[in-house]
Amino acid sequence: MSWDTVADVASAICLLGGAFLAFAAGVGVLRFPDLLSRMHAGTKPQVLGLVLVLIGLALRLRSGGAVWALVLVAIFQMLTAPVAAHMVGRAGYRTGKVRNDLLVVDELTNDLDRVVREDDERPPA
Amino acid sequence: MSWIIAACGVLLTAGAVLAVVRAEKGPSILDRTVALDIVVTTMIAAVALYAAVERRADVVPVLVVLSLVGFVGSVTVARFASVEPEGEGRVRTREEVAAEDKARREAEEEEERRRVSGTDEHHGGGAEGEVR
Repeated sequence: MSWDTVADVASAICLLGGAFLAFAAGVGVLRFPDLLSRMHAGTKPQVLGLVLVLIGLALRLRSGGAVWALVLVAIFQMLTAPVAAHMVGRAGYRTGKVRNDLLVVDELTNDLDRVVREDDERPPA
Repeated sequence: MSWIIAACGVLLTAGAVLAVVRAEKGPSILDRTVALDIVVTTMIAAVALYAAVERRADVVPVLVVLSLVGFVGSVTVARFASVEPEGEGRVRTREEVAAEDKARREAEEEEERRRVSGTDEHHGGGAEGEVR
């Protein structure tokens, strides 16, 4: 058993894991009840699933330049996925897509309420 | 090895199909955006799977481009998402469209009849669409 075989087996396991996370995201996004929980399901393949698939691909390619490009893909995804999720979540909150009955903690609404109250209580200048 | 590749392909395809179903049903534009984000991520995984199977390093730039394009799409849509009226984000059936058309035509005819019979005539006024 050579190191090539070991790398191929590890790569197959990583690819399977990544594909399973993509499938889990599909199931989650279809079955979950509101926007925030669907986003939660959607982030699974976006970071961990993608990193697993890229590790699998890197173990299979085993050449310097390609592996660095894959590291670049992973870094891009880790930089952009939070930005996209933040924008979607903010737009969802502002357009009333967040279901309050499903939330355990809603710190944003509490904070906004407190700011509005303090504004009201402040004596006029 | 080949059955592992087949299993990966089946899982990826099933995930993408489920996400597309949500994109079709999705009550709001943001749900569709999230679903299509998952489709793009699944596409990246599928291209990576292909590159791994064929040991092709020349497809790697495609992965870089795809990971950037998916981000631009969802940010743009989130930027322009606005409050939609209830039921607006749904694709209407043919019967609903026909009923709406019928109601609008009847309203127009009613307007026309009232105008011809002259019950609420009005004279003069600016031209329609005039900027004052």
